[in-house]
Amino acid sequence: MKNINITIDGKEYQVPENYTILEACKQAGIEIPVLCYHPDLRPEGSCRLCVVEIEGMRTFQPSCAYPVNEGMKVKTNTKEVRDARKMALELILSRHPQDCLVCERNNSCELQKLAAEFNMTDIYFSNELPAFKTEDESGVIVREHQKCINCGRCVRACQEVQSVNALEFFNRGYEKLVLPTGNKKLHETTCTYCGQCITVCPTGALHERDETDMVWNWIEDPNIHVVVQTAPAIRVSIGEEMGMEPGYLSTEKLVGSLRKLGFDKVFDTDFAADLTIIEEGHELLHRLKNNGTLPMITSCSPGWIKFMETFYSDLIPNVSSCKSPQQMFGALAKTYYVEKAQIDASKVKVVSIMPCTAKKYECNRPEMKDSGYQDVDVVLTTRELAKMIKIAGINFAEIKGEKYDAPLGISTGAAAIFGASGGVMEAALRTVYEVVTNTELENIDLKMVRGMEGVKEATVAVGNLDVKVAITNGLSNARKILDKIRAGEADYHFIEIMCCPGGCIGGGGQPRPTSPDKRKARMDAIYCEDCNMELRKSHKNPAIDTLYKEFLKEPLGEKSHHLLHTKYTKRDSNV
Amino acid sequence: MTCCNVDVGKILKEYSEEKGNLMEILHKIQNSSKENYICDDCMKKISDYTKLPLNKLYGVTSFYTMFSNKKRGKYVIRMCESCPCHVLGAEAVINSFVDELGIKVGETTKDGKFTLEHCACLGLCAVAPAVMINEDVHGNLKPEMVKDIIAKYE
Repeated sequence: MKNINITIDGKEYQVPENYTILEACKQAGIEIPVLCYHPDLRPEGSCRLCVVEIEGMRTFQPSCAYPVNEGMKVKTNTKEVRDARKMALELILSRHPQDCLVCERNNSCELQKLAAEFNMTDIYFSNELPAFKTEDESGVIVREHQKCINCGRCVRACQEVQSVNALEFFNRGYEKLVLPTGNKKLHETTCTYCGQCITVCPTGALHERDETDMVWNWIEDPNIHVVVQTAPAIRVSIGEEMGMEPGYLSTEKLVGSLRKLGFDKVFDTDFAADLTIIEEGHELLHRLKNNGTLPMITSCSPGWIKFMETFYSDLIPNVSSCKSPQQMFGALAKTYYVEKAQIDASKVKVVSIMPCTAKKYECNRPEMKDSGYQDVDVVLTTRELAKMIKIAGINFAEIKGEKYDAPLGISTGAAAIFGASGGVMEAALRTVYEVVTNTELENIDLKMVRGMEGVKEATVAVGNLDVKVAITNGLSNARKILDKIRAGEADYHFIEIMCCPGGCIGGGGQPRPTSPDKRKARMDAIYCEDCNMELRKSHKNPAIDTLYKEFLKEPLGEKSHHLLHTKYTKRDSNV
Repeated sequence: MTCCNVDVGKILKEYSEEKGNLMEILHKIQNSSKENYICDDCMKKISDYTKLPLNKLYGVTSFYTMFSNKKRGKYVIRMCESCPCHVLGAEAVINSFVDELGIKVGETTKDGKFTLEHCACLGLCAVAPAVMINEDVHGNLKPEMVKDIIAKYE
């Protein structure tokens, strides 16, 4: 990439020619305020907070969307520029409620932070609030539309990152607003509940439904046995939400905190992830041996599943029938575990801590009741758990680390990496290789399937067979591979699809604001966790061995089919 | 909402599937509807045909005031609310329409004959203030002219 010369505030810099002014300023150490800009999204330049003066231009330009060019002279800090930005912010604030003390985003709101940075002690314009009702009918995503500032990040995330197209701008000018398709409720649209709209929202206009009250009540009730499971991606993100640096690995602190909160048993979704590998691995081998439908596609990500049922229902036969690890865990907690611990299943509540908003939807799907009860009772996001830890007065930085309870807390490194794009694939290959070849896999770090790229492809020799695999993250990237399958142009054997950018580490329930750098840090931490584990292959998990011996008998057996596998439903894509 | 009974399939066949045809398709379907609107069912059929997501189509129909997804009267009165019309007395004219028809802006008369709407600049600034009633233009309006204009429409 060629560099060009640019002058910013009187100093000369050399920056790559494909930079925007905003990126050039960042490199020069100059912070430009932004609202509609987000590093994951196409720049739009609609909020006008990032305007700068460019020599020779009649009007100010939005730096987020304006490309640099040779000899350009930019001023970022003149009185006129400061006044223009302040006016833009005042206009936004004139239509935004000012009850920040009682808002979901209090202290984590980007608009609030900007108001503080602008020293906004008074707003010139009168405060005129549109009357919108809060929408929470989906039971997952809450839209407090009166707090929306029309930045359009959610619209771009929904349309461009996820290609779900459930959100769009309606009307124009002063009446412009974001609405689900055709002014319907979210649950009546193609929404997958992935929550990417939430992770990019700068204000409190979009958030998950808070279900912590219910969990507190169960914990308080001595007659209820409350079991908690934590997804692989929580251990690399809860620290961040508690004020530590992104990617802070806090598995043992997480367990310690959960025990202190009062959960009766602290278990790990990683146990069920190991189990998923055994079931899914055998399903793949079964398909390979018996001319089954290929490529087989993973089924761990509930946002992807709803997306597939909506837009690619013709590919239902390709999708693994395995439930997600969270649902396998729920079904086993209320059968295998209660039997072992001699507890009445009707008195057990299973709480999941997930990086995901779609998991809230998944646990309420009507088919997820194979234990005879609702398998997972409630799902809390990383953010909701952090709220509980904070209100309980737990000093997360200081708390002593503890270990997960046995047996549903015993896991391997293969399960830990489920939280990152490529992780399920790597874990599956580690097991499939050894099951098929009966020899030990020497180098178990399969780096060719790792990383943040949207679409990855690899070929792995397993015995005589060259297994062709593909891995995607973000639903618009999934479309690229799925369209190939539809067109008959794909000869993959196995495909991993994760709904969110970077996998679960970038899930809709993760700490905000998100960015590629933060996701990278979380991903690095997850591979670090894998490295630190004594056991790193799912089929070496002794607790899984015992589970099959004592309860399930064999992979893909009758009990497995009843408790661990599921069916999918075709849904309308044109709603 | 029931379908507006427009033969969408026949209209769509007149156009190739590229998105550039969208505005024309929307106009044609709306004009074929007796109630001057594009029903939700038609929207779905257009989405199927053009491969444009449904939410995008609603984005377009709500952006342009000419389109409606709600039933309207046989005649749609569009009162220009841009600056030149406003300066030359559009407000008094629209109030006169409101009084004569007994409906507010955005409403349809009980007999289903008239719908009263505001709209963006009609490009008729030379004869401001102006209204369009379906395809007819009425310019240089004064409040007292409204009664006679309405009477022309059966």
